[in-house]
Amino acid sequence: MLRFVIRRLLYAIVVLWLVSTLVFVFLNVSPVPVERVIGGPRATTDTLRQIRQNLGLDQPVLLQYWDFIKRLLQGNLGESYINGTPVTSLIADRLPTTMWLVFGAGVIWFVGGVATGVLSATRVRSVWDRSSTLFVLIGLSTPPFVMALVLLFLFATKLSEAGVHFFEAGPPLQEHFFRRMILPWIALAFLMVATYTRLTRGAMLDVLGEDYIRTARAKGVSERRVVYRHGLRSALTPVVTQFGIDLGALIGSTIVTEKVFGLQGVGQLVYQSIALGDTPVIIGVTLMVTMFVVVANLIVDVGYSFLDPRVRLS
Amino acid sequence: MSLLEVTGLQVSFNTADGVVRAVRGVSFAVDRGRTLGIVGESGSGKSVTAQTLMRLTPDATIRGTALFEGADLLTADGRAMRAIRGAEIAMIFQDPLSSLHPLYKVGWQIEEMIRAHEPAAGRAQARKRAIEMLGLVGIPQPASRVDDYPHQFSGGMRQRAMIAMALALNPKLIIADEPTTALDATVQAQILDLMRRLQGEFDTALIMITHDLGVIADMADEVLVMYGGKPAERAGRRTLYYRHHHPYTKGLLESVPSAAGEGGRLKPIPGQPPSLINLPTGCVFHPRCPYVMDRCRTDEPPLDPVAGDDPAHLSACWLPRTAAGRGEEAERIRAAAVAEGRFGAQGAAGAEGAAGDGRDGGPPGRAGGASGDGGGR
Repeated sequence: MLRFVIRRLLYAIVVLWLVSTLVFVFLNVSPVPVERVIGGPRATTDTLRQIRQNLGLDQPVLLQYWDFIKRLLQGNLGESYINGTPVTSLIADRLPTTMWLVFGAGVIWFVGGVATGVLSATRVRSVWDRSSTLFVLIGLSTPPFVMALVLLFLFATKLSEAGVHFFEAGPPLQEHFFRRMILPWIALAFLMVATYTRLTRGAMLDVLGEDYIRTARAKGVSERRVVYRHGLRSALTPVVTQFGIDLGALIGSTIVTEKVFGLQGVGQLVYQSIALGDTPVIIGVTLMVTMFVVVANLIVDVGYSFLDPRVRLS
Repeated sequence: MSLLEVTGLQVSFNTADGVVRAVRGVSFAVDRGRTLGIVGESGSGKSVTAQTLMRLTPDATIRGTALFEGADLLTADGRAMRAIRGAEIAMIFQDPLSSLHPLYKVGWQIEEMIRAHEPAAGRAQARKRAIEMLGLVGIPQPASRVDDYPHQFSGGMRQRAMIAMALALNPKLIIADEPTTALDATVQAQILDLMRRLQGEFDTALIMITHDLGVIADMADEVLVMYGGKPAERAGRRTLYYRHHHPYTKGLLESVPSAAGEGGRLKPIPGQPPSLINLPTGCVFHPRCPYVMDRCRTDEPPLDPVAGDDPAHLSACWLPRTAAGRGEEAERIRAAAVAEGRFGAQGAAGAEGAAGDGRDGGPPGRAGGASGDGGGR
C-alpha cells in the first residue's frame, strides 16, 4: 500500500512537470503581448522594452524555462506580471471560494443523484422512474451557463422584485454564506445530478439482478436491508470512484459559474489572467488544478481497496 | 400430511416477447427427512418451481397451492414469508461465488441471517454460531476463516459456507438448486456426502434440483422428471432407473456416461428444449421423441399411473402403461404401439424420411389411424 502511494506520488511529479512544460510552451508559441497590457496604449517602444526586460521576457526562451523550472522546484510559482503579487497568495486568496463552490455542489449532486438513482432503480417503469429519466434528459442537455442564467433570472431577479431575497451577490465567505452559494451550487450540480442519477440507477439495476441479492432475500432479511445494505453497498463503489475523479476535475472548470454569479474564485482568476496574458498565474492555476486531479485519483485508488476487499494494491 | 405439499403449481412471466409459461401444473410432496429430486434440462421449469416456493420470482403470475405445514406459501404476506425464508426453508444456489456477497465477510453473512430471525441473539452469540456452523461443514480453522471474504475461499469451501448458512437456523426444508453444478467432480462428491450426512443428522427434508442423474442416484428418495414446465414422470428412485416409462426419462438415462457401458456410445436426445413462449401442441416432448405417435401431436397426455409395483409411479405419455423399463419386452411393446399409432399418419411419417411407405399405405392407413388412436392407451 505504502509503496503504491509513493509510486503514484512520483508519477504525480512527472505529470506536474509535463503539464507545466506544456503550458509554458503554449504560452510562448502564442504570447499575449503583456507589455502592452501593462504599459497601456500610449506606451513608447522604449517603455515596452523596459517592461519586457523587467519581466525577464527579453531572455532566450530556454533560459526563461530554466529559471521557471528552478523556481518551481523551490515551490515558487513566481509573481503576477500585472501587479507583482506572488501567484501562491493569489491562488490562496481565491481557492476557498472555489473549494466551497465545488464541495457544496458535490454534496448536492452526490446525495441527489444517488437518492434519485436508487429510487428509480427500485421502482422500474413507475411514474417516479419515468419522471427521473425525463429529468436526467433535461439535466444532460442543459449547459451549466444556461442553467446559471435561468436560476439567476428566476430567483435573483424575479423573486427580488417580489421582495424575496433569495440570492446575495458579493464575497460569500464573510456573510450570507448560504444565500450566496445556494444558486451557484444548484447551477453547478444540476448536470451532475443527472449524470449521477443515471450512473446510480444503472449500477443499482445491475447489482439487484445479482445472485447474492437473491441469496439475501432467501435469507429472510428485510427488503429495505436487501436494497441498501446489500444492493447499494455494491452499487456505490463505481459511483464513489467517479465522484472522486469528477470532484478533482471540477476545481478547474468553475469559470462560467463563478463569472455568472460574480464569485471571486480560481475560475475568475484564471479567466482574467488569460485575458491579460499573466503567464505565471495561468501556469500556477493549471498546476494547482492538475494537483487536485492527481490527488483525487490517488485517493480514489486507495479508497477503492477499502471499498472492495477483492482489490489489493501493489 | 406431508411437510410440503405442492398442488397444481403454475408460474408464468409477462415478457416483451410474450407470456413465458415456465411451470404448467406441477404437484409433489416432501416429507421430513426425505429427499425429492427434481431433474430436467435448462428451461424445464425446475429452478422456477424452487424459487417460486420461496417467492423469489417477484414478477411472476402464480397459480396453485404450496402448503408448508398447512400454510400456503404462495399467498403468505411479506412478513410471514420473511419469517419462513432462511429459518424454516433454506436455499442453496448453484454458483457459490456469485451467491455470496463479495464485499462482506463470510461469517458476517451467516451472522446476518441468524440475527434477522433471532433479534435477541447478540453479535457475539451469532458469531459463535457462525463459527460452529463453519466447523460443522468441514471448514478448517473456522474461528479464523469466519473473517475471510468469499474470494479467499475455494469453490468447494464457498459451497460448504452456503450449506453452513442454510443449516444455521436448523430449517425444516432445504431447497438445493444445482448445488454441485459449478464444482469440480471430486469436490461434488464431498459436498453431496456432506449434505447427506447433515440431512440425516438434522432430519431435514431436501429438494434437490439438478440436471445430473448421477446426483439423483446418490441422493433422492423420489424423483420428479420435468420437461417443458410439466412433470414428465414421477417415481421412486429405483423405479425410475429400472422401470422408467417416459421416453424423455429414457433419453436422459441413456445420455449418462455410466449407462452406456464400456465401449457403448452415448445417445444424446436430439433437438432443443421447447420455447416456453411458443409451446408445441400435444405432448411437449413430441418433436424430440423417437416414439412419437399421431395423437402425441394433438393431445396432451395426462400424468397417469404406470403398470408395476410402485403405486406412486406416474408418467405423462401415450405409450402403453406396461411399456416400462429397459428390457427387450418393454422395447417390443413400445415398437408395437408406435407402429400402430403411426399407422394413420403416413403423411406425417413421410416428413421423417419414410416417404416411400407413405405412398403405398395411403388410403387404408387413414382408417387404421382411428383405431390406433384408441389402442394407444
